[in-house]
Amino acid sequence: MGTSNRSSVDPGTMLGVWALRLAALLLAAALGYAVWSLPAATGLGGPVRSALPESGVDHPVTAVLLNFRGYDTLLEMTVLMASLLGIRALGVEPRAAAEPPGPVLSVLMRLLVPFLVLLAGYLLWAGSSGPGGAFQAGAMLAAAGVLITLTGHDMPVTPPSWISRLLLALGLAVFAGIGLAVMAAGRHFLEYSPQYAKALILVIESAAAVSIGLTLLAVFRGGRPVTPGERT
Amino acid sequence: MTEWLWLLDAGLALALLAAAARLVVAPDLFEAVALFVVFGLLMTLAWVRLSAPDIALAEAALSTGFTGALLVAAVARLNRQERERTTDGDE
Repeated sequence: MGTSNRSSVDPGTMLGVWALRLAALLLAAALGYAVWSLPAATGLGGPVRSALPESGVDHPVTAVLLNFRGYDTLLEMTVLMASLLGIRALGVEPRAAAEPPGPVLSVLMRLLVPFLVLLAGYLLWAGSSGPGGAFQAGAMLAAAGVLITLTGHDMPVTPPSWISRLLLALGLAVFAGIGLAVMAAGRHFLEYSPQYAKALILVIESAAAVSIGLTLLAVFRGGRPVTPGERT
Repeated sequence: MTEWLWLLDAGLALALLAAAARLVVAPDLFEAVALFVVFGLLMTLAWVRLSAPDIALAEAALSTGFTGALLVAAVARLNRQERERTTDGDE
């Protein structure tokens, strides 16, 4: 299944295929030349580093993601939430695999899940001074959830539906809420004061990590959770 | 030392192109998904070579790991639907 047999192809189609390949190659060459001949730009590294002390974190990437361009991160999380809503609207979760997990998967899950949760916490904290941050930590949490799902355990991954929905919305709610709350203090939307920036970013990142992890896990499960009594 | 780095970069670029080319024409979907994960890992190395560790982390976790898992689940679902459809049509 899924294999193609190229035994009988007429010359006209072969010519068309080779013409397309040539056109694609020319396009790739043209793109490569265009990118190569761009003038070397200094980028924004300098201005970001000089504004780093008032951003509340020590890592320029995190400062840009969560402070200077926090609005973009807010929109990214909104896109993630919208995709989850679309997936949930399409149908119910597919039923789990019929056969029980093999020994390798069970042992691997037991070894990896606590490690992944610990790694998520570390990446969240280390994001303020090095590579890391909310998205990476959320991806680790989602990976732990995917492992648990693959081995057929259901308990910790599908909490009662109102808790699940609360945690899914928590990241966006906290982010947007803090953005609006600083407006009440007289600043613009998402403009943190340098004095409270570190604490605010930490709160936002923690909520976002949990929310992103649960959203990615729900996307992987692929549908609405089955309510008791519903036909699977 | 820098010559070895040039060799590494060239090898990485060629491997990326080869994986992408094979992945696009692969007739078997599972082979294509496996090559996609390989491509993602090579891409992670490429980001590290470009001095972007944050993007490398995100690429490894999300674009390789998570999208790979989603694609495998999708291929499994497609195969199951195909199997169910052919067994229904045989009756």
